[in-house]
Amino acid sequence: MTNFRKTTTLLASLAALTIALPLAANANPILDSYKAQAKTENTAFKDFSAEAGKKLYTTQGPNQLSCASCHSDSPKNVGKHAKTNKAIDPLAPSVNAQRFTDAAKMEKWFKRNCNDALARACTTQEKGDFMAYVLSVK
Amino acid sequence: MTLRTFWRLAATAALAATAFTAHAKYNGENRGKPVMPAQSHAQWAAECGSCHLAFPPGLLPAASWKKVMTGLDKHFDTDASLSPADNQAITDYLVKHASNRWTANTAPIKITDGEWFKTKHRASEIDPAVWKRASVKSPSNCIACHRAADKGEFDDDTVRIPK
Repeated sequence: MTNFRKTTTLLASLAALTIALPLAANANPILDSYKAQAKTENTAFKDFSAEAGKKLYTTQGPNQLSCASCHSDSPKNVGKHAKTNKAIDPLAPSVNAQRFTDAAKMEKWFKRNCNDALARACTTQEKGDFMAYVLSVK
Repeated sequence: MTLRTFWRLAATAALAATAFTAHAKYNGENRGKPVMPAQSHAQWAAECGSCHLAFPPGLLPAASWKKVMTGLDKHFDTDASLSPADNQAITDYLVKHASNRWTANTAPIKITDGEWFKTKHRASEIDPAVWKRASVKSPSNCIACHRAADKGEFDDDTVRIPK
């Protein structure tokens, strides 16, 4: 391949990426599977709501705990475990690329943390709303 | 009795006394040696270490770890439940490397309830107010003062109590 062709290919790839990125920014395969699940659970389901997720993030349950108690006011920040002081890496994929990439890990933490914060399991709608909010934080 | 026999007997008695004392040290609730096995364990490090220091297996006896690992859904008022496969793998690791010097028939689930811990951290050595500092928060926060606790290093000489 000549240098010219190499450069053109590179430029074309970059251009394609630039166009694709804004569209793909909030897309997430795990969010998609929650969406599919929500549809089977509720025929009236429309979409997840980042706004509802934001509200859920600071909603305290019977133990006076919310997501924010450990993950801080913003999912972009490093959090701190409310009981042990241990630092918790940021939740937002915009600053921590490892987040929202492992479906089993997410289910594990939704189970634990919904139980701790809300003293119950979260619905699929709530999980999706939460993800939509955290994905929207740039 | 020749003098030599006397000394031999005396030495044996002294040895027996030492062995007895060692046995009863901390009422039999002694941490293991080593406290941290040379071989690490990926699931143990990741799962136990996501909310707190992954406590070295040698800090508790095997019976304690079995209790801890069967109650993870209510782990000190927190849901720390694991998949059955992860739970089994981590339990095996903890039990295998549990304290090898714990002779008492006790199994506390709090490391801080062990006699060795209480003796080492008694009020005459550590001012009880230290535990309440924001930088320490609780006696279970080993790494606040034992800065290399994650490597199983708990030497008295390296303790640095934060303000």
